Amino acid sequence: MQLQIKGIRKYFGDVKANDGISLTLQPGKIYGLLGENGAGKSTLMKVLSGYHKPDSGEITLGKEGVRFDSPAEALASGIGMIYQDPLDVPSMRILDNYLLGRDRKVLLDRAEALQELRQTARRVGFEVDPQAFIDTLTLGERQQLELLRLLAMGAEVLILDEPTTGISGEQKEELFDSIRKLATVEGKTVILVSHKLAEVQELCHHVFVLRKGKLVGEAEIPCLTEDLVRLMFEDVPPRTARVPHVRQEKALELQEVGIDGERLQVSGLSFDVQSGEVFGLAGLEGSGQRLLLQACAGLIHPSQGRIFLNGRDVTRFHFHRMRSQGVAYLPAGRLEEGLVAGLSLTEHIALATMDREFLIDWKRYVEETQRRIDRYQIVGQPETLVDELSGGNQQRALFALLRSPLQLMLLEHPTRGLDVRSADWIWQLLMQRVEDGAAILFMSADLDELIERSDRIAAFSGGRMSRIVQAQETTAEELGYLIGGER
Amino acid sequence: MKRASLLQRGWVIVPILVALVITALLLLAFKVSPVEGFGAMIRGAFGDMSKTLSVTAFWVPMTLAAVGLVVSFTAGLWNIGVEGQIVMGAIAASWLALKLDVPRGLLIPLEMLAAMAAGAIWAGIVAVLKTRGKVHEIFGGLAFNNLAIIFTNYLISGPWQPPEGGTFRGTSPFPDKALLPLLGDSRLSPISVVMVIVAVVGVFLILRGTAWGLKLKALGKNPDSAFLLGVSSERETILALMLCGALAGLGGAVRVTSWFDSLRQSISGGIGYLALLVVMLSAFRVAIVPFVSFFFSAVLNGSITLQLRTQLHSALGGILTGVMVLLVLLFGDIRTLRILPGQRRKKAVPDE
Repeated sequence: MQLQIKGIRKYFGDVKANDGISLTLQPGKIYGLLGENGAGKSTLMKVLSGYHKPDSGEITLGKEGVRFDSPAEALASGIGMIYQDPLDVPSMRILDNYLLGRDRKVLLDRAEALQELRQTARRVGFEVDPQAFIDTLTLGERQQLELLRLLAMGAEVLILDEPTTGISGEQKEELFDSIRKLATVEGKTVILVSHKLAEVQELCHHVFVLRKGKLVGEAEIPCLTEDLVRLMFEDVPPRTARVPHVRQEKALELQEVGIDGERLQVSGLSFDVQSGEVFGLAGLEGSGQRLLLQACAGLIHPSQGRIFLNGRDVTRFHFHRMRSQGVAYLPAGRLEEGLVAGLSLTEHIALATMDREFLIDWKRYVEETQRRIDRYQIVGQPETLVDELSGGNQQRALFALLRSPLQLMLLEHPTRGLDVRSADWIWQLLMQRVEDGAAILFMSADLDELIERSDRIAAFSGGRMSRIVQAQETTAEELGYLIGGER
Repeated sequence: MKRASLLQRGWVIVPILVALVITALLLLAFKVSPVEGFGAMIRGAFGDMSKTLSVTAFWVPMTLAAVGLVVSFTAGLWNIGVEGQIVMGAIAASWLALKLDVPRGLLIPLEMLAAMAAGAIWAGIVAVLKTRGKVHEIFGGLAFNNLAIIFTNYLISGPWQPPEGGTFRGTSPFPDKALLPLLGDSRLSPISVVMVIVAVVGVFLILRGTAWGLKLKALGKNPDSAFLLGVSSERETILALMLCGALAGLGGAVRVTSWFDSLRQSISGGIGYLALLVVMLSAFRVAIVPFVSFFFSAVLNGSITLQLRTQLHSALGGILTGVMVLLVLLFGDIRTLRILPGQRRKKAVPDE
C-alpha cells in the first residue's frame, strides 16, 4: 500500500515541530529519516503512528484518507512503530506479552498463539523462547519480539525509532537482515529513524532529511555522505581537535576493587586515571561499567579493594561526601535520576549549587540560572520546568548543574540520543573541565565516540575489565573483540 | 496560558457543586427540604456569635495539623500518623497540666513545647522506621495511631483517673492556670489563633524561601534525582515528619487546654484524618488550607444543628465533606484522563 503524508503540521506552543511535511512512501522499500535533534523526526513518526494528532495535514493509506486517535487504531490500519524502549511488561513471559493486546477473546488460545509466534519468528529469521521472561532478554531481543508482535497484528508499515541504540553488533545484523527480507520479499514499507549516517547508507533505499520541522531534501541511496551531512546541518560541523591534557598525577586509583551488583559481580579492578585524562569504558549494557562508575561515586560500596581520590582513601565515602570532594556523577536517565520533573531550572541550580545557607536568595539564583542558560545554550527560561525541555536541552541542563571545580567526572552515556553537533558541543564543555584538571571516566555504547574522545579505553565483558588500550592506537574492531570478551 | 489556568481553577468549583447536589438529593430522600437543611447548617455554624466562635475553636487544631501535613506532603510523605501525633501532644500537655505546679505564664508555654516535642518524637519514630526499617509511613503511622489511643485509655483508666473513681471518660479537669485563656464563654482562645497564623506564615515561608523547603520539594517529586543533587533523603524525611508531628502535637495541646479542660478518651476525635482531607482539598497549598479547614469546621459544626432541627444524623456533614474530597480527587484525575497519553507530558520543545 502506498503511504502518503501531506502537509503535516504539529506545533508545540511556539515551536514548529512539523511545519508542513509531505512524503510519499512506496511498499517494498526501506526509507531513512534523517535529521539532527529537534528536527522533527520523532514527532512526525508519532503523528504517523497515532501517538500525536497533527494540527493539520492528512495521511493517505492506499486510496483512503486515515485518521488515528491512538497507536492501536494506527496499528489496526497497518502502521506499527517500534519505540526506542519497547513497550512491554518486564515481569511477564514472552508468550503472554505477545498475547497482550492481541487476543480480544475472553479465553486465550495459548497453543494457537504459540504456533503463530513460532511461525512469524521463522519467517523473519529470529529465534525466540516463548517461555522466557522479558526481563531476562536484552534490549535487542525485546525489539525483535515487538517486531514479531506488530507483524502478527498485520502491520504493513513498520517504523523503527533509532533501533540500533543499545543493541549488539550481531543483533543489529540480524535486525537489518530481517528488515531487508520484510521489505523485498513481503513488500512492507519500512521507515528507519536515525541519525547514524552509516546505518542509513547500509540499509535504506531512499532517504528523507528533515531540518527545523521541514523536509529539506531527499536522495536515493547510495549517495555521498557529505551531501547528507550538508542537508542535515546546512554546513558540515567541524570536529573539535583532540588535544591531550593528561597530567602526571593520579586523580583516581583503584586497587583490587570488587563490586557485588544485583545480577553481576565485578572483581579485580586495578587501574588509575590521571588528572586531565579522559578514560572511556566500552561494553554492552550491564557488563559492569555502570557498577564501576557508581562505586567510584560512592553510590555503592565495593565489597573488596580500595579506591583513592587524589591519594586519599575514599573507599567508604558516601555519595554526598564524594560530591563535596569534587566528584560529579551524571546518570543515563535524565528525568529519572538526574533532574526533578516539576521543578524549574532555577530551583535545580539552587539545589545543586547551594551551600549551607538557610534562606534562598531567589534573585541571585535566577541571575545565575540565566547566566548558565546562556553559557550552556539551553532553550528555556529560568522558570521553565525541566520536564518541559526537550531531551537535548535536558542533557545540557544536567551539565549546567555541575559545580566547579571538579576533580573527577563520572559519566554514563554523556551524548546518548544527541546529534553530532550537540554531542561535539557537549564534549567541548567537558574538555574545558579536563583542561582545568578534571579526570573523566565515562561509559558509552558508541565506539567512535570512545576512540575519538578518550585518552585510554578499557572494555567490560560479563563483569571483567579488559586490558587497557591507547585510544589513538586502537580500532573499532579491536574494541569489538574486547567487548566480546576476547583478549 | 492565562485562560487555561483560569479554566483549571474554575474546575475546582465543579466537584463542590456536585457534592452539594448529591447532599441535597440525600436530604430529599429523607424528605427534608434542602433549603431548610442547608439553612439549618448555616445557622448552626454562624447563627450567633457563640456558634461562630465554636466553629473557630474547632478550626484551630485541625488547621495546625493540616499546615503540618502540607510540609510532609511536600516531601512526598503520607503522614497518616498525624492523628496519633495530635493525641500524643494532648497527652504531653495533660501531663504537665496535671502534675506541674508552676505559675500560669510558665506552665502554658511549657505545655505547648512539651506537646510539640511529643508529637515530633511520635512522628520521628515513624520516620526512622521508614528510613532505616523500610516500613512505609502509612503502616507505621496507623500502628502508632492505635498505640497513642491505647495509651490514652490506659492513662485515663489507670494512673490519671480522677480520685472519685475511673469513668473511662477522662481525667479530672485541669487547674485553671493550666488552661488557655478563653474568649468569654466560648471555647476559643485568642492565643491559639495566633499560633495558627504563625504556623501558616511560617510554613509558607519555609516552603517558599528556604533551602530546606526546596529540598523537601525536590525530595517529594523525585527522591532519586534529589539524592544525586545532594539532598539527604533520610535527614529531610525525618525532619519533615517531625515538623508535621510538632504542629499536630500543638493542635492536641490546644484541644485539651481550650476545647476540653481535661484529657478525654477520644481527644482528637479524628481531626487528624479530617486534616488530611483538608490538605487534599487545598491541593497541598498552605495558603488555601486555613480557608478549606474553616469550611470543614463550619459544615461539621453546622450539622449538629441540622440534627436537632431535622432529626437527621449529624453524620450528614461528614458525608458532605467526604463526597467533596472524593469528587475533587476524582475530577482532578478526570482532567488528566481526558488528556491523551501523548499529550500528558507537555513539552515546550518536542523530544527527539
